[in-house]
Amino acid sequence: MEFGFTTAAYVVAAVLFILSLGGLSGQESAKRAVWYGIVGMGLAVFATLIGPGSGLWLLSVLLIAAGGAIGFVVAKRVQMTEMPQLVAAMHSLVGLAAVFVGFNAHFELNNVLAMTAEQRENLHGFAELLAHKSGVEQNILRVELFLGIFIGAVTFTGSVIAYGKLAGKVSSAAKKLPGGHMLNIAAAVISVVCLVWYFASGGFFPLFLMTLAALFIGYHLIMGIGGADMPVVVSMLNSYSGWAAAAIGFSLGNDLLIVVGALVGSSGAILSYIMCKAMNRSFVSVILGGFGGTSGPAMEVEGEQVAIDADGVASALDEADSIIIIPGYGMAVAQAQQNVAELTRRLRAKGKEVRFAIHPVAGRLPGHMNVLLAEAKVPYDIVLEMDEINDDFPETDVAIVIGSNDIVNPAAQEDPNSPIAGMPVLECWKAKQVFVSKRGQGTGYSGIENPLFYKENTRMFYGDAKKSLEELLGKIS
Amino acid sequence: MKIGTPKEVMEGENRVAMTPDSALQLQKLGYECLIETGAGAKAGFDDAAYEKAGVTVIKTAAALWKEADIIAKVRIPTDTELKRMTRDKTLITFFNPGGNAEGLELAKSKGGNVIAMEMVPRISRAQKMDALSSMANIAGYRAVIEAGNNFGRFFTGQITAAGKVPPAKVLVVGAGVAGLAAIGTSTSLGAITYAFDVRPEVAEQVESMGAEFVYLDFEEEQQDGAATGGYASVSSPEFREAQLAKFRELAPEVDIVITTALIPNREAPKLWLADMVAAMKPGSVIVDLAAEKGGNVEGTKMDEKVVTDNGVTIIGYTDFPSRMAAQSSTLYATNIRHMMTDLTPEKDGQINHNMEDDVIRGATVAYQGEITFPPPPPKVAAIAAQKKAPPPKELTPEEKRANEIAAFKAQTKSQVTLLAVGGALLLAVGLVAPASFMQHFIVFVLSVFVGFQVIWNVSHSLHTPLMAVTNAISSIIILGALMQIGSGSFLVILLAALSVFMAGINIFGGFLVTRRMLAMFQKS
Repeated sequence: MEFGFTTAAYVVAAVLFILSLGGLSGQESAKRAVWYGIVGMGLAVFATLIGPGSGLWLLSVLLIAAGGAIGFVVAKRVQMTEMPQLVAAMHSLVGLAAVFVGFNAHFELNNVLAMTAEQRENLHGFAELLAHKSGVEQNILRVELFLGIFIGAVTFTGSVIAYGKLAGKVSSAAKKLPGGHMLNIAAAVISVVCLVWYFASGGFFPLFLMTLAALFIGYHLIMGIGGADMPVVVSMLNSYSGWAAAAIGFSLGNDLLIVVGALVGSSGAILSYIMCKAMNRSFVSVILGGFGGTSGPAMEVEGEQVAIDADGVASALDEADSIIIIPGYGMAVAQAQQNVAELTRRLRAKGKEVRFAIHPVAGRLPGHMNVLLAEAKVPYDIVLEMDEINDDFPETDVAIVIGSNDIVNPAAQEDPNSPIAGMPVLECWKAKQVFVSKRGQGTGYSGIENPLFYKENTRMFYGDAKKSLEELLGKIS
Repeated sequence: MKIGTPKEVMEGENRVAMTPDSALQLQKLGYECLIETGAGAKAGFDDAAYEKAGVTVIKTAAALWKEADIIAKVRIPTDTELKRMTRDKTLITFFNPGGNAEGLELAKSKGGNVIAMEMVPRISRAQKMDALSSMANIAGYRAVIEAGNNFGRFFTGQITAAGKVPPAKVLVVGAGVAGLAAIGTSTSLGAITYAFDVRPEVAEQVESMGAEFVYLDFEEEQQDGAATGGYASVSSPEFREAQLAKFRELAPEVDIVITTALIPNREAPKLWLADMVAAMKPGSVIVDLAAEKGGNVEGTKMDEKVVTDNGVTIIGYTDFPSRMAAQSSTLYATNIRHMMTDLTPEKDGQINHNMEDDVIRGATVAYQGEITFPPPPPKVAAIAAQKKAPPPKELTPEEKRANEIAAFKAQTKSQVTLLAVGGALLLAVGLVAPASFMQHFIVFVLSVFVGFQVIWNVSHSLHTPLMAVTNAISSIIILGALMQIGSGSFLVILLAALSVFMAGINIFGGFLVTRRMLAMFQKS
């Protein structure tokens, strides 16, 4: 086939990818949007397989099929609560693939440079492209593939650690090796030195050394970030995997790679931005890990936590007309979403208004709670985001907080010295009554005391969220 | 332990302190319930209903007082009743400790514990046992009904074939619990309702009930109700004058006046004077809910209905809750039940009279042979002091317009700056980079731009599917591997093959999982 056909197919695929992302603006159009993405990907792969420069297409098809089979099984089996891990794991694959492709580009480049002019005439495909490059272009190519490998390597180890943390295989606490960020800076300096060296020599060793440094940066950076900041980390890694693809696209001279890489990269960047804004923290402070120092002593919390049993909650729910449920990561941990959904169904059947309030950073993945609730068949039109529902709390009879803490902490508004001061929170304490389902009296991820639990209209419903809700369901017919 | 309720001995009292429903709840706390025969008859609960709820019916009051460990009743106990107290008994009732020194002494000499329901502090936690509020609510409602009963016209305005009927005008003085209940009832009957209170902070509550708050032309800082535990306090003479002047102005207009102004431990203030009564239209009705404390209206006679010379009816009944015995008994019994819940933290049927607890300490007026009235101030402040929030400045249309223009200008400025800087950078790159690079670079910049435009519109709830889908399409890296797999050495083929394999996992896994997620989103 001619080169023109491939380019045409790429244009169509790029349009389909853009439509696919744009379609996610609404739940209904999203179902169509996935198909755009699938068709776009199929088209792109097909066009590349039959286009110039590819060979061994049988092997390629076999490998895609084998990978596809694994992907298929994983996608069918994965629990919705495990989505964050899955997404992180998949990012690591993209990262690693980018590193390999980058290495290959380097090998090819050196092969081509070693050839004589006659041999170059006989080249085809990617190598042919390389052969036609001038000196400046080759240097640019080197920068591009160097960048691609660097970002890819950071994405790879970062995603592996993020996966480990989300799956509970690595401690989710923020940990740093002695030396802290100095180590990261050192690794970054080594990478820059390697770049210069690589320019001068064109050898493989500096490239390899840089890869090691980048792998270390990915590992160490993510190790230093705590569990609750994972929404930012995952979307950041998502963004990186996109930029890596774009950088590789530059070095291969493939426009589709550039387009898609840029789309994915900007998408991840915007998500990270949204998450950071929801926590009222700067991107840098999240990435560097941990909460910043407080500017003064935290406000004294007065009063006591008053416990309540399932009977009390059931009778209050019985009397309430409007109820808002605020789920958090605790709900995902306890796998309580089915019980929450059942509770919602029963309350709605009694003619009560039940709605959900979702904070942007609830859970471990952007939009994590929405997916869990959707899995449990909670209709999406009663699941609202923070800005839509925050004003409705004063007219609400009962707010139920299930496994969230910092996102409902009134200290963010009331205590200027609080580490989370200024973070937008769900103002559930303005409801007439608040029930908090919580395992025990401990503090949340940030280790901040939550004055909500001491408010006069708050009752603590202690116990594992799933068991508590089961008990509650027994009292509500 | 056993909890018992005797028949009310006072003439005309129809309420009862235990209902079959509340008895069921009390049994859940571990108590055994007793009731004197016929105690609930006037409130519509016969003995059979109690027996069905597992309550033992006792023949005489004496036997009941003897057997029960806790006695719950409504009215202030008589001497005979108090004499039946013993050291180990607890009495829960209205007691009026401020004006019942003899009763306190008698209770002290008998040594029992007495919890006075009107002494429950006004804090949020204790609202469920605040019997004064629940009774006041009924009184407010009943006051409107009673007024309607004596008022010869409709409340609501109507235009009928037989002529036009103007709506009644109702003035409610004092917007406490009773006042607010009266406002609610009156507005829902369709009357034009005005309300007045000395505490300016209740204006919002009044307006939320659909009445119009009557403001005075008065400059002085009025005392905040929060300082006095949510009750009204005595006002200054100047304020009083301004208030009376306003009432004088309203008197000829209004058809129904309901006064509910009470100041704790004082005679009720006289707010509706004889000349205002005289100025009212014939057929108008005044209901004085403060009659028990002397009345807000000049001419009120306690427990009586009087008609003045100019045909204005003044109602001074004090037994409004008792007139709705079924409702008031239900609410009062629930208040008692909540009190018992607080007294029985273990739910084991044993009283734990915790004198450290603000609510229980506040309500207890006699404890183990001591008079514990008046209680110390509660540890928790009743109601947060009202903050004087400056009213948000109303922007004039010109100012709004100016703000909009300024915002627009700022936006334009930042956008133009961004574009200029971006454009300059692009040009700078173009100066040094070769054309083939620039070609790809333009594509890159445009794609980033398109990405930013598109992603901002993605709905918040779809962020997880977005991540999954971007993850799937980021496996476009497979194209690079596919281009390399055919050319070059074994190492290149190996690495490329691995990349193809991994990207394959990602493509299928990513798209499938996205589809799975999106299929779950359902509309109700």
